[in-house]
Amino acid sequence: MEREIREFLAANYFLGEDPSALDGSSSLIEAGLIDSTGVLELVGFLEERFDIRITNEELLPENLDSIDNIVAFVERKQAGGGAG
Amino acid sequence: MATDSTITADVLAIDPARVAAEIEEALRTIISRQLHRKGGVVAVSGGIDSSVTAALTARGLGAERTIALLLPEADSDPETLEISRLAADAFGIETVVEDISPILEATGCYARRDAAVREVVPEFGEGWRFKIVLPSVVATEGYRLFSLVVQSPEGETRETRLPPEQYRMIVAATNFKQRTRKMLEYFHADRLNYAVVGTPNRLEYDQGFFVKLGDGAADVKPIAHLYKSQVYQLAEHVGVPERIRQRPPTTDTYSLSQSQEEFYFSLPHQGMDLCLYARNHGLPAEAVAGAVGLTPAQVTRVFEDIDQKRRTTRYLHLGPQLVEPVAELAD
Repeated sequence: MEREIREFLAANYFLGEDPSALDGSSSLIEAGLIDSTGVLELVGFLEERFDIRITNEELLPENLDSIDNIVAFVERKQAGGGAG
Repeated sequence: MATDSTITADVLAIDPARVAAEIEEALRTIISRQLHRKGGVVAVSGGIDSSVTAALTARGLGAERTIALLLPEADSDPETLEISRLAADAFGIETVVEDISPILEATGCYARRDAAVREVVPEFGEGWRFKIVLPSVVATEGYRLFSLVVQSPEGETRETRLPPEQYRMIVAATNFKQRTRKMLEYFHADRLNYAVVGTPNRLEYDQGFFVKLGDGAADVKPIAHLYKSQVYQLAEHVGVPERIRQRPPTTDTYSLSQSQEEFYFSLPHQGMDLCLYARNHGLPAEAVAGAVGLTPAQVTRVFEDIDQKRRTTRYLHLGPQLVEPVAELAD
């Protein structure tokens, strides 16, 4: 799962960079990547690829602002957990 | 919590006579000496910014060297044309009306956009109206996603989250409107050897609330340094008709009426102006919270939104990037 998320981010926001080399803890917001359109893209990808439904209440930095947070969030969602 | 640096709306008070005179002088200098044009074309929408810009252009260059372009299309508010004429007439400016609907039909603006809306709401069709909205920054702690609001001919309203592909298609198709308008502005500017005078205020310019090569394009932007509240002060000074000054700002872009804060800005313009002023002057959230009626935590979210919009819309301000500079053309 982490590999696919990294590949999505690399393909959409870090063109030409090695997906495995992206820093897992860096803020995507501070990098200027996640604006309202970027969140739409990211949420659309996560919902479709991992067959989860993300509610508006779950659109929080602790769930979506870094690769590590995204991976942990999707794992919780797939395990049937809450917003985190 | 009050602090020594607490501000009120007074910080945005200007001497409108002095500011108007400065802008008029700058317009004369820029258009004549820098751009070597002999007049100005202003697209007038019936809003406060374009009305003030048209007035300043006419005052600076002469009404006989200014034309007001009125560029309605199928989704324009029915009042737009009448109100735009009101503004132009107040300053003795010649108007040229170009209904851009046929051009937009030819580019597929409406058809592409409506097809994308139908992918989200299959019943959408004749007699339906829609707009795109974002939740309030102030009321939302996390990220915000665009939603589609549709209204059936019977008046029933429904809101649905927009998938990215359909969101991009709707925005891309709708951007034909601003780009078509700019194309016609430059047609008339070329025909008359005039400059295109853009109408953004400081909020729009700073926060990237424009379409690149659409309403973002111009030869000169005479009010881009002024907060919206200051534009209103100028409007009163130069005699923009009361009806225009009392009208709430809208985007006049979608078939359902959409306020600017529903789609882009965090707050109505008075609050947005003060938050931007505070951010620009390095003031803490507490300094402006009282004046805008928010908690410091909410103001902090507005500050973060200001910073983020600056980052993510920076590319809108950039010209084409070169791999190597062409030294001969450097200033």
